[in-house]
Amino acid sequence: MHRTKVRVVEDALDANNTIASANRSDFDRENVTVVNLMSAPGAGKTTLLEAGLNGIAEEGTRVGVLEGDVQGSFDADRLSVLHIPVVQLNTDNGFGGECHLDANMVRSALPAVPLDEMDILIVENVGNLVCPAEFRIGEDSRIMVCSVTEGEDKPLKYPLMFRACEMVVINKIDLLQYLDFDVDRLEANILQVNPHATVLRTSAKTGEGIEAFRDWLKALPARIAAERAHDHAHEHGHDHDHDDHGHDHHDHEHATA
Amino acid sequence: MHEFDLSSAVVATVRKHAHGRKVTHVTLRIGRLRQVVKDTLEFYLAIVGKDTEVEGATLEIIDVPAVLRCKTCKNEWEIEIPAFICGTCGPGNVEVATGEEFMVESIEVEDEEDAACTAQR
Repeated sequence: MHRTKVRVVEDALDANNTIASANRSDFDRENVTVVNLMSAPGAGKTTLLEAGLNGIAEEGTRVGVLEGDVQGSFDADRLSVLHIPVVQLNTDNGFGGECHLDANMVRSALPAVPLDEMDILIVENVGNLVCPAEFRIGEDSRIMVCSVTEGEDKPLKYPLMFRACEMVVINKIDLLQYLDFDVDRLEANILQVNPHATVLRTSAKTGEGIEAFRDWLKALPARIAAERAHDHAHEHGHDHDHDDHGHDHHDHEHATA
Repeated sequence: MHEFDLSSAVVATVRKHAHGRKVTHVTLRIGRLRQVVKDTLEFYLAIVGKDTEVEGATLEIIDVPAVLRCKTCKNEWEIEIPAFICGTCGPGNVEVATGEEFMVESIEVEDEEDAACTAQR
């Protein structure tokens, strides 16, 4: 026996990214824009959706939700009153579930998701500020929700997550009057870690900022389509200057998804 | 806390390239921005790799510094804290040069003396 060195040079997450690409093809075929919604547990993802998606179908945007949870269907039950397609995906295999969704889990749930009935699919990830940032699921956009009860320094502690998202929603701002919380400092920290992030302040409880969230969501499919058409043209050798478009994080995603 | 899943991904990638041969050494290239705790990763690799070709392999991690590049002034600098802002030009045009890697760089496997695989580098 002797030892041979094998040069590999492969992203260890390639297997996940390959499945994410397959998901992406399915989403593209049905013309569905996909959002990966992430946050720490209890930041208010589901409440934000309850408020933000209420009545959006009547305004002409069909949204469906894939609810990722370790266990139970509490969130899906809450959203079902909105009369939109909601599918529950549990990560628990009987021995304590996964702390995030990966591309394969989403893929396994897709047969139950009526993609033809929606323009946007929001995948509500498992509450966690670390692992979900690592695993692409075939999404077009990543949003994270952080709440004003979590601490201004969270972007500096979890830069991986804050950098992975194109929009950060600062939720529960109705509580600011009761807290020693410097929301401007939080926003400055977010922008220090991710200068291109869109930052939105909301209260899912009072409705403040919800209209802006809803508008952002409604505009998303057209914006994503325009960006992809632009990138497609770029791939075909047209002379485009990307430098001033300010979407580094998309470049990163395109390398893998 | 993401190290368990990352180690599963590493083991899967290594096994794919080992083609059933016993793996004695694994070299990973990990960027600082991935926030990987090395000891934890090593701990989980031993668990996930148990009863596979990877069991017992030694682990080497090449640290890749977090280096940013400003596309406006072309400056490059290493960061120790997560501040993605150019000191000269501000935040508008900064990209990550290195630090986001999570690669299996190479593996060492045991071959039969006369195996044709020695051609592989």
